[in-house]
Amino acid sequence: MSNVQIMTGNQAAAIGAKLSNVQVVAAYPITPQSQLAEIISQYIEGGELKAEYVRVEGEHSALTVCISASTVGARVFTATSANGLLYMHEQLHWAAGSRLPIVMCCVNRGVGAPWTIFNDQQDSISQRDTGWIQIYCRNNQEILDTIIQAYRIAEEVYAPVMVCYDGFVLSHTMMPVDIPDPEKARDFLPPYQAHTILSPEDPRTLNPVLFPNRRANSAGVLCDGYMEMRYKLQAALERSPAVIEETSRRFAEVFGRDHGGLSWGYRREDAELVMTGMGSVASEAMQAADILREEGIKAGVVGIRVFRPFPAKHLKEAFRGVKGIVIFEKGISYGYEGALCSDLKAAFYGSEHQVPVHSYIAGLGGRDVKARELADAARASWQEMQSGIAEKPTTWLNCYTG
Amino acid sequence: MTTKKDDSISAMCTVAIGEAGETGDWRSLRPVINHAKCIPSIKKKSACFLCWLYCPEGVIKAAIPVEIDLDYCKGCGVCAEECPAKAITMVREGEDDE
Ligand code: SF4
Ligand code: SF4
Repeated sequence: MSNVQIMTGNQAAAIGAKLSNVQVVAAYPITPQSQLAEIISQYIEGGELKAEYVRVEGEHSALTVCISASTVGARVFTATSANGLLYMHEQLHWAAGSRLPIVMCCVNRGVGAPWTIFNDQQDSISQRDTGWIQIYCRNNQEILDTIIQAYRIAEEVYAPVMVCYDGFVLSHTMMPVDIPDPEKARDFLPPYQAHTILSPEDPRTLNPVLFPNRRANSAGVLCDGYMEMRYKLQAALERSPAVIEETSRRFAEVFGRDHGGLSWGYRREDAELVMTGMGSVASEAMQAADILREEGIKAGVVGIRVFRPFPAKHLKEAFRGVKGIVIFEKGISYGYEGALCSDLKAAFYGSEHQVPVHSYIAGLGGRDVKARELADAARASWQEMQSGIAEKPTTWLNCYTG
Repeated sequence: MTTKKDDSISAMCTVAIGEAGETGDWRSLRPVINHAKCIPSIKKKSACFLCWLYCPEGVIKAAIPVEIDLDYCKGCGVCAEECPAKAITMVREGEDDE
């Protein structure tokens, strides 16, 4: 029996955390995440969720509390946005380097300066190299479901997972969401087993300074150096796409909903022109594809769900046979181009399938992105591609650049 | 300690002297105690032991006389700074104590 309720993305995220039976929550309120932190603290205060809410003075401490609690075996949750995420930056690396399965929501918001509270994805994009798995959601149902999946992935891979969703566009927009049965969620998500259980009888010093080379410890056992530990993190992330796909498949079996593991497609089968992006801009592109199809252009969408680890091999398959790719990104690697654009182009390097890629930066700082505008941009690119323009400078969509 | 899968999935070490090797050789200044000035030595009973309390490396033994384990002392000089009797002086490594 389904239990559909109308709710915001933040509410869906809070329910996702509750159904995951998180034990420790530490979050510092920041727009547009605040409602999520409020709802979870209400759950805990009202006894609906048996967890400890640790109040902190800022985001750096919020993640530090999560790191400590996760180390001693608690399932932990936190959430933030924009400058709050940047304030966590050091601890993001620490969480990943310590191989802790922390799950955090990043409610995507543009970063200052200049100050904005509105949506783009510059916050999480700029944290892509911290060793976290990043999953981008396209609607409120996916937010709830992805949080449950994220714990399973994180606890299997021993790497933290950032569940990203667009501020306001999803966080404050009401949509119908089917709430999973708590018993089923409990079965889907076995209790968290910490990779190391600390005990007073057998104490450990965690994360001591490591030396450049491998060396014997005081007991004469050869131990990894810094580089070996870092390699292990990379190797774990490289293995994780299989875990993400398997988790998505298992979730679909149990709950009947498949959001796609690493990516999802819309009218992709016979598409020649494929629009791509992450989060709500990709779901907006579905409507743009419908518009273009009506005009006779064989358009489709590949929504990229997982940005780190970057599923290069999988995406080469997902874009197999397409004749043109148009990317819409709500962030940029300043001084170059959209980060997704670079990664996607690199995925095709050396392969026989050379496909024109046009890149658009869209919707920074909450500027509205309409399906009609995406369709217009994709159509213009499609015409250019057909006249042989495979490459062109990044276009800032709907932005006065004169 | 029970672990799942990889025994050293994150960096850690046992709590043991010398886990990081004999770090005393990183030192450029060496603490030298003048026991004629040291309060416990003079009183012949446990007295201030502030050097023991403040040493960030835990390499000072609260004994009579006070002893410093130079295999691991990093030469920071905190003990010399804190000693109320000015019984500890920092001497450049390779130079004479006297
Ligand atoms: S110099 Fe520093 S490390 Fe050495 S004994 Fe004094 S306080 Fe301890
Ligand atoms: S602090 Fe100075 S006086 Fe006190 S025990 Fe240490 S060396 Fe002696």
